[in-house]
Amino acid sequence: MSESKEWKKIAKSKEKRPKVQEYKNWKELPPIPISLPIEGSMGITGDWRTFQPVILEGCNKCGICWMYCPEGVIKRKEDGSFEIDMVYCKGCGICAKECPTQKIKMIRESESKDE
Amino acid sequence: MSKAKEFVQKKETKIIKGNVAAAYAAKSARVQVISAYPITPQTTVVEKLSEFVDGGLMPGTQYIRVESEHSVMASVIGASIAGTRTFTATSGQGLFYMNEMIHWAAGTRLPIVTTIASRGAAPPWNIWADFSDVINARDTGWMSAFCATHQEIYDEILMSYKVCEDHDVLLPKFVAYGGFILSHTSKPVILEDQDLVDQYLPPLPDEKGWPQIFIDPDRPMMHGNLIMPSGFYSEFRMKIQDTLMKSKEKIKVATKEFEKIFGRSYGNGLVEEYHMDDADVGIIIYGDLALQMEQAIDDLREEGYKVGMTKLRHYRPFPTEDIIEVAKKVEVLGVMDRGTAFGSPTGGPVSSDVLASLYNTGITTKILPMMAGIGGREVNVEQQKEEIKTLIKMKETGELPDNLIHGTLWDGILEVK
Repeated sequence: MSESKEWKKIAKSKEKRPKVQEYKNWKELPPIPISLPIEGSMGITGDWRTFQPVILEGCNKCGICWMYCPEGVIKRKEDGSFEIDMVYCKGCGICAKECPTQKIKMIRESESKDE
Repeated sequence: MSKAKEFVQKKETKIIKGNVAAAYAAKSARVQVISAYPITPQTTVVEKLSEFVDGGLMPGTQYIRVESEHSVMASVIGASIAGTRTFTATSGQGLFYMNEMIHWAAGTRLPIVTTIASRGAAPPWNIWADFSDVINARDTGWMSAFCATHQEIYDEILMSYKVCEDHDVLLPKFVAYGGFILSHTSKPVILEDQDLVDQYLPPLPDEKGWPQIFIDPDRPMMHGNLIMPSGFYSEFRMKIQDTLMKSKEKIKVATKEFEKIFGRSYGNGLVEEYHMDDADVGIIIYGDLALQMEQAIDDLREEGYKVGMTKLRHYRPFPTEDIIEVAKKVEVLGVMDRGTAFGSPTGGPVSSDVLASLYNTGITTKILPMMAGIGGREVNVEQQKEEIKTLIKMKETGELPDNLIHGTLWDGILEVK
């Protein structure tokens, strides 16, 4: 099963959804609206994606992609390699552009399903 | 007796200009961040404060020089979010330029106090007393107060911090006074002991900002992002209106507490009545013209007329309940504006609001909207006595004067000979 289908499953699962503060009426509201940095405060942004970044073999684990990702969806695993959270990755392609060894490839979503 | 006459020198006083009184008030309030950009007739406020900061009289206070009024308010907002007591001053065109940031300050619910040496709006260019500038900031969510005396400028700034920083209020405030008439004339002003001021207005505790927002690297937060129409935008706007109306009680409490500590009273804080209790004819008036009107009332009382006046101290929140009480006391009530609200029911901002306040109350008091002193035009005591006599005539004949312009009496209009 492709990853794109995987994150759609996650989006449907209530437990895995990001928590958002809910108010019943206006009297409960704080004086001003404040956003706290929680995972996915804008919802499941992964479905904005047209191109999906794929880390190819031969990645030298330099961490440039991790540093440049504007959404903070690239995570370092215990062995030092990186993985991309496809639930929130918008597919902007900055990681692929910045990768010094060109080991991140952007693949069209429709093509990624065939793999 | 009028206030001017009964001035008794009990405490140490300094003969200072209105602008300097505002600067001394900021010093007494121990403001921590001042952002400054000069504009006539406000300039000497920030000049005096720069002298204080430069001379080491305000230790720990940051003085920021910026390139425009828009940046003044932006920098003050930033400083206030960091949890500091902030101060700035402006006038007329500068306030208009600041306008976008004024909405941000109120929307972020920051207790910023800004003095305004009011001047007429251009064009034609005008730098003299006229409250059109602070009226222009009417619908922003800021509180606004008018001062009638040099002492009141000093006192009102202290009271303003007290009200604004109350955790149930948390809204910014304008303290307005007539340009040149108060800002550039000198009068004795009592400058209170720092200990006494600290007792009334304690320095801010060393905490991380206000309850609704603060800068803290351990708990990052974001404010001012987009709210969809289905979100709580409407409710947050409603909260500002709710808070502003509830702040009337806070203003009354702060004024009473001020009277207890310093011995100077300003009515109930929202309005100040003068000989209203047995009056048949009254006038609502604000700003520096109100002080002079006390003299006119005294003179007319000596002539045997039962007249009184009410000084409007706060324009936002508008003291609806007090205005209703005032209107009940008299048969004819004049409302004198020094500032324009073009296209409004009367052309004057306060007179329009007075009429709106009395709707559906069943009060039959005749109201005469009046205008005088626009753009700093001189209004003397004799003229003010004539204004009151117009009201008395209105009471006797039961008819409106015949020289009204769209329902409003524009007093002191030049005649072409």
